[in-house]
Amino acid sequence: MLGKSAGGLYWMYRYLERSENVSRLIEAGFRNALTRPASSADEWSSILDAAGARQTYLERYPAFEQPRVIDFLLRDKSNPSSVLSVIDSARNNARLVRTALSREVWEAMNDCWMQVKTALSRQVSDRDLPAVLSMIRQQNAQVRGATHGTMLRNDVFNFARLGTFLERADSTARILDVKYYVLLPSISHIGSVLDNVQWENILRAVGGHSSYRWLNGPDVTARGIAEFLILDSRMPRSLAFCAAKVNANLSYLEREYDTRHACHEQVEALLGRLATTTINDIFDGGLHEFILNFLGDSARLGATIETDYRFYG
Amino acid sequence: MSETSKFFDELQASSGDARAPYKKYHEWFQGEDIARLRRKSAEAENFFRRTGITFNVYGQEEADERLIPFDIVPRIISGREWARLTKGIDQRVRAINAFLHDIYHRQEILRAGRVPVELIANNDAFLPQMIGVSPPGNVYTHIVGTDLVRTGEDQFYVLEDNARTPSGVSYMLENRETMLQMFPELFSRIPVCPVQDYPTRLSRSLAACAPPACSGRPVIAVLTPGIHNSAYFEHSFLADNMGAELVDGSDLRVVDGRIAMRTTEGFKAIDVIYRRVDDDFLDPLNFRPESMLGVPGILDVYRSGGITIANAPGTGIADDKAIYSYMPDIVEFYTGEKAILQNVPTWRCSDAESLAYVLDHLSELVVKEVHGSGGYGMLVGPAASKKELEAFRAKLEAKPANYIAQPTLALSTVPILTKAGLAPRHVDLRPFALVSPEGIDLTPGGLTRVALKQGSLVVNSSQGGGTKDTWVLEE
Repeated sequence: MLGKSAGGLYWMYRYLERSENVSRLIEAGFRNALTRPASSADEWSSILDAAGARQTYLERYPAFEQPRVIDFLLRDKSNPSSVLSVIDSARNNARLVRTALSREVWEAMNDCWMQVKTALSRQVSDRDLPAVLSMIRQQNAQVRGATHGTMLRNDVFNFARLGTFLERADSTARILDVKYYVLLPSISHIGSVLDNVQWENILRAVGGHSSYRWLNGPDVTARGIAEFLILDSRMPRSLAFCAAKVNANLSYLEREYDTRHACHEQVEALLGRLATTTINDIFDGGLHEFILNFLGDSARLGATIETDYRFYG
Repeated sequence: MSETSKFFDELQASSGDARAPYKKYHEWFQGEDIARLRRKSAEAENFFRRTGITFNVYGQEEADERLIPFDIVPRIISGREWARLTKGIDQRVRAINAFLHDIYHRQEILRAGRVPVELIANNDAFLPQMIGVSPPGNVYTHIVGTDLVRTGEDQFYVLEDNARTPSGVSYMLENRETMLQMFPELFSRIPVCPVQDYPTRLSRSLAACAPPACSGRPVIAVLTPGIHNSAYFEHSFLADNMGAELVDGSDLRVVDGRIAMRTTEGFKAIDVIYRRVDDDFLDPLNFRPESMLGVPGILDVYRSGGITIANAPGTGIADDKAIYSYMPDIVEFYTGEKAILQNVPTWRCSDAESLAYVLDHLSELVVKEVHGSGGYGMLVGPAASKKELEAFRAKLEAKPANYIAQPTLALSTVPILTKAGLAPRHVDLRPFALVSPEGIDLTPGGLTRVALKQGSLVVNSSQGGGTKDTWVLEE
């Protein structure tokens, strides 16, 4: 397949994943504002951070006011990470690689774009926000469903999945990065039960609040959450899960093309580190440093994949 | 049904009965409820929007992607009528290819004085780089879209030959697909020739024109100017349905004397490139140096037999509007036969006498730019206001050689579905002919374009025209 098409698929699915992640972040912030209005501005500031949009926001607005932040994250075209911008980018990439997509996937993507564009054609009121956010995720699920149900499991599929999981790992890591101080021993001593609202926000932002309880029971600890989001391979948004998927997709390409590249070395090293690291190691070495390292590794891996498979030239 | 008029209506004979090809359709239609059909019509639009069958309109940033309106009443052509059109198109396309070969080699037709030398020498569509080049299989126009209009029971005229990169075939296919989904019962009642194998035929026809350097199964790619081109949907549609790669200039480069595309596994040679990029932009080394759409050096690879370019560079000299008026001579010169399909009488405004006539009769004529396409820069005299006529007169006087004029033809009508039921609208027809060393292959059908405004003669989609499914009956 064309290098450009591989790149188009990779980015289509990265953007699609990003739209879902941003919508989850907005949901977490909105819920926080309803349950704990006093901390609202701080919370929106860290959500903008996790969405990688804090700087762009501050260039335009002086303060973190809820309606502005929500509008900025949902529909501001000058914010490249707004839901509207990334759905637009996902669909543009889909047009670019249309010959590689099944008709169902293309139609689901096109439909997603039309629905989201219509819903976001004007500012969304608080009353409509939950329904709009849920629609965005449903539309996402439709594209993903069509992808699973109708696409050949060949290189096309594997490039699509690479985009999904690298983006997802990035998003989870960034949420942890923004919130790591909540999990630090100085604030919550080892074994002590965390502030209810704080942890709930983190878990909500990754859509994992009920699965965490299901796996770990009602007691929520800093280590428990960090382990869940970093090392638990049952959690589909954890770093370990995403890294294993990226490794599986790259292994497929290695077999299919019968060629081993630098990206294969990199992903195996990353996976090896995650497999041999315990949560105690992570806290001993510093949670923040661990996450920064992971973000650096994942950015480098992404760049290597782009070169190894000739996305751009 | 339709009010009687001076125009030939393809559905309704002057007696008031449906013409033979439309009989079965008309019977069915009379049993239908207009409101239900209107709903179907809205469904069709939804279907087009969902599948993303859109085109981009130049100069309209707001409505970046638009739908071409689709009308659900089919345009029906009898098997007998089609057989005659087939013969006529076949003859014309053969003549065009012979003309192109001649014009880029010995130029016999110029020596014989049948076409004036200056018409070729001073024509931008003539590519000196093609002199002496013989394309693989001697095929110049792999795909031709002949624009036809009808004015009566047996009167068909060729309006344009479209020998460069004719577009619209994806609408022929999607219109049929839509009709099959919406009205399956019609197709079990009426024997309509299928068109759905066009991409397979195209792929086969292109493969048969593989260059000398090709070894094994020919690799075909569609070259698009990119995602913002007005016909991008069609480019991706055709690539998809042929199982070919869709490439743009940035995917290609010359590697070891071949044109190669950048794949995830390195550069891979292409044998046949179905380009949807104009000549000017094809090769920045040989044509426009600033072009980002083409491949530097592709013309050199082409000349050395490393790639087939479809259609060949330089075919524009055959469908140029100034050459058009010589087509009856061209057909006769190369086939030894009288042209089966008629040409529309044409005044060349470069000629002083013709210009004087055209200026005197401006309000009766259609005036076209010699190098224009898509209905841009065209004057329809009878429909133009005094002001428009005067403005055009000034343009004509300033650059007469830029224009040709033709009488306003009484284009046939086919009804469309309106709120009030059926109403006649003017149509044209573009069938698609494929050329390979194995012969000329005409898919039974084509793109029927329809002017949606009452009385309008302009069918171009860029000017608010729509399309219809075109049925050729099996007989």
